[in-house]
Amino acid sequence: MRVGLFVTCLVDLMRPRIGFAALRLLETAGCEVVVPSTQSCCGQPGYNSGDEKSARALALKLLREFEGCDYLVAPSGSCAGMIRVHYPALFANDPTVLVSIQRLSARTYELTDFLVNVLKIEKIPGRYSGSLTYHDSCSGLRELGVQAQPRALLSKMPGVTLSEMTESTTCCGFGGTFAVKYGDISARMADKKCEHIVKSGAAAVVAGDLGCLMNIEGRLRRRGDLLTRTLHIAEVLAGENGECM
Amino acid sequence: MHVSSMHFKRKAVEKLGDEKLQQALKRLQSNFVDGRRAAIAELPNFNEIRDVAADIRERVVNQLDDYLRRFEQEATARGAEVHWAESVEDANRLVADIARRHNVHRIAKSKSMVSEECALNDHLENEGFDVIETDLGEYILQLAKEPPSHIVAPVVHKSKEEISDLFEEKHQRTRTTKITELCREAREVLRPKFLSADMGISGANFIIAETGSVLIVTNEGNGRLVTSLPRVHVAITGIEKVVPTLEDATTLLRLLPRSATAQSITNYVSILTGTRGQSESEGAEHFHIILLDNGRSRLLGTELQSMLRCIRCGACMNHCPVYQNIGGHAYGWVYPGPMGSVLTPAFVGLENALDLPNASTFCGQCAVVCPVKIPLPDLLRHLRTRQVEQGLRPWNERAALRVWSWAAQRPAVYGLLSRLAVRMLRLAGGKEKRLHYLPGVSGWTKGRDLPAPEGRTFRDLYQSRQST
Repeated sequence: MRVGLFVTCLVDLMRPRIGFAALRLLETAGCEVVVPSTQSCCGQPGYNSGDEKSARALALKLLREFEGCDYLVAPSGSCAGMIRVHYPALFANDPTVLVSIQRLSARTYELTDFLVNVLKIEKIPGRYSGSLTYHDSCSGLRELGVQAQPRALLSKMPGVTLSEMTESTTCCGFGGTFAVKYGDISARMADKKCEHIVKSGAAAVVAGDLGCLMNIEGRLRRRGDLLTRTLHIAEVLAGENGECM
Repeated sequence: MHVSSMHFKRKAVEKLGDEKLQQALKRLQSNFVDGRRAAIAELPNFNEIRDVAADIRERVVNQLDDYLRRFEQEATARGAEVHWAESVEDANRLVADIARRHNVHRIAKSKSMVSEECALNDHLENEGFDVIETDLGEYILQLAKEPPSHIVAPVVHKSKEEISDLFEEKHQRTRTTKITELCREAREVLRPKFLSADMGISGANFIIAETGSVLIVTNEGNGRLVTSLPRVHVAITGIEKVVPTLEDATTLLRLLPRSATAQSITNYVSILTGTRGQSESEGAEHFHIILLDNGRSRLLGTELQSMLRCIRCGACMNHCPVYQNIGGHAYGWVYPGPMGSVLTPAFVGLENALDLPNASTFCGQCAVVCPVKIPLPDLLRHLRTRQVEQGLRPWNERAALRVWSWAAQRPAVYGLLSRLAVRMLRLAGGKEKRLHYLPGVSGWTKGRDLPAPEGRTFRDLYQSRQST
C-alpha cells in the first residue's frame, strides 16, 4: 500500500518531529510511505481568506504530487479536511479536473482516522507514561468526525491516563489567520482553553493539529505555565524519540 | 437600527474587558448551550426532524413567490390586509399610515427583530405616536435606550443589578433585586398600557400560506395581549418567514424553542388568522400584515440563498465561541453572531461590515447546531471571497497572501525562503525557544508567545536522512 505523507506546511516549518512521528507510525504499520519533496501548502490560508484562485493553484500542485498514491495521509484534521471536503467544492465548476480531485479527496485521511479505520492497527509503537488531556480540533472533529479515533489509540497505550477536560470540543481560537487578525478575541479563546486544560490536571495536552497546539502552547507560556506540555498525537503514539530512529 | 459594524474590532476589545458582560455571557452559555443539549435529547429522531425542517425551508425559499402569493390570497380572504414593503422606509411609512388611518395614539409592541431592522420605534415616535415595548427584555432596553444584543434574549448583556438600578430610576419605586418583584413591577407598569393601546405591533415567527395565519411564539404572554386587545393589529415580518402549511409550522416548532431557549415548547404559541369575526368576542378588528423585503429577495439565486432558511432561533450565536466572548453589541447591527455576520453585510452592504465575515475561526459549531442546516461557515467564506473580488481587503493582507501562495507554488523558492525563515526564527526564539514579539504578527504575540520552530524544515531533514 503506497501512502503519500503530506506533513503540512506548519509541521514542515515549525515542528518536523511530528512529520517523522507520522512517518514512523505509517512505516511500522507496514505502509510504503512516499514523501513528495516538493510539497508545501494545501491552499487553506488562501481559501479561507477568500482567494480561491491561489487555493486552486496549490490544490492542483498537491494533486500532481500525490496522484500516484493509494492514500494521502496528513497529521492534521484541518489540512485533511481541506483536501477531503473543500477541494471538490473548489473545482465544482471544472469538470476536467473534478474527477481526479474527487478521487484524491476520497483517499485522503487524517492520521489517527487512517490508523484506526484503514490500517486498523492494534499495536502502538510509542511509549508514554503520564496523564494526557485531548483537545478536539475543529476541522478534524466537525468535517471528518475525528473524535473516537485518537482516544481509541491512546487507550491502547498502557502508560497513558486520559483525563478529559471540559469543553474539549470548543475551539481554541486559532482559526489560521484569525489568530493574527483578531488577536484579542483569539487570545481570550485560547485562555479559556488553557483554563480547561489546567483544570483537567493532565501533565500534557494532546491534539491532532499543530496550529491549535502552537496557539495553546503560546498562551500557556504567556500565562506563566511552563510545565504543561503540548504534544501532537503522532508524537505520543510514535514515542517522542520518533525523529531519531 | 443604526449600523456600526465597521467598528467591530474596537468594540470587541472593549467587550472583552467588560466584566459584567462576561458574567452575563457565561450564564447565557450554561442556560442555552447545556439546555439545548438536554432539550434535543428529548427527541429520539432529532436528526430526521432537522432534515425535514431544512427541506421545508429550502422548498419555501425555492418557490418564495408562489407561497407568498398564496399567503396574501388566504390572509386577504379572512379579512387581513397584506402590505408589501421593499425597504425599511416603506415599512415605516406603511405602519405610520395605518396608525393614522385608524386614528391611533398609543401603540403597544411585542418583540420583533424586523421592527428593530426598520428602527420602527424611532420613526413612530418622530411621527408623534406613543410607542411602548411590552416584551420584558425589549421594555428594559427601551428604558435604557439601548439596542438588543441577542435576537432571542435581547437584554442578555444586562445584569439583574443594572436592571434594578434602571427600574428604580425610571419607575421611581423602592429598589428591589428580586427577579419576581422586578417582573411584577414591570407587569404593573405595562398592564394599563396594554389596556389603553389602540394598536398592537407584533412580529411573526412564521406566516402560514395555506391559512393566511401569523404564528408567534412568546413566553410572557405579552404577544397575545398585543395582538388581541387593541382594535388594530399590525404584524411585521420578513418575506422569508412563510411556511406552506400548519403541519409544516408544527414541525419547525419542534425545533425552534429547543434550539432557541432550550424549551420543549414556549409558554404561548399564538396563531392569528383573520380579523375578529361577527360571533367572536376577541381579536383585532383590523389586521394588517407588512411583509418586508429589505434585501432578502436579492439573496435568491445566489450563493447566500440558504441564509433565507433561517428561523431566527439564535442557536448559532449561543454556540459561537466568538459571540460567547464578545456578546452581540460588537457586531454593530440587529443580527449578531454567525447568522448576523452573513445578514449584516448582505443587508447593509459588504463594505460596511468588512470584519464580520472574517471574525470567525470556522470552527463549524454554528452549522452543527443550526436547526435548518444552513452552512454558515461556507456562507461566511463566500463573503470573504466577495471582499477579495471587490478589492476590499487591506493591502498588507493581500500582499502577504500573494507572496505565500506565489512561493508555495515554487519548490525551489519555497525551499530557500523557508530554510532561511525557520533558522532566523529559531535564533530569535533563543534559549526559551519562543518569541515574545514578532513584527507583522503582533496580533498573535500581543496575547501569546510564539513557539519557535525547531530550526530545520522537515523536507531538509528528510532529504538528509534519505541520502545517508
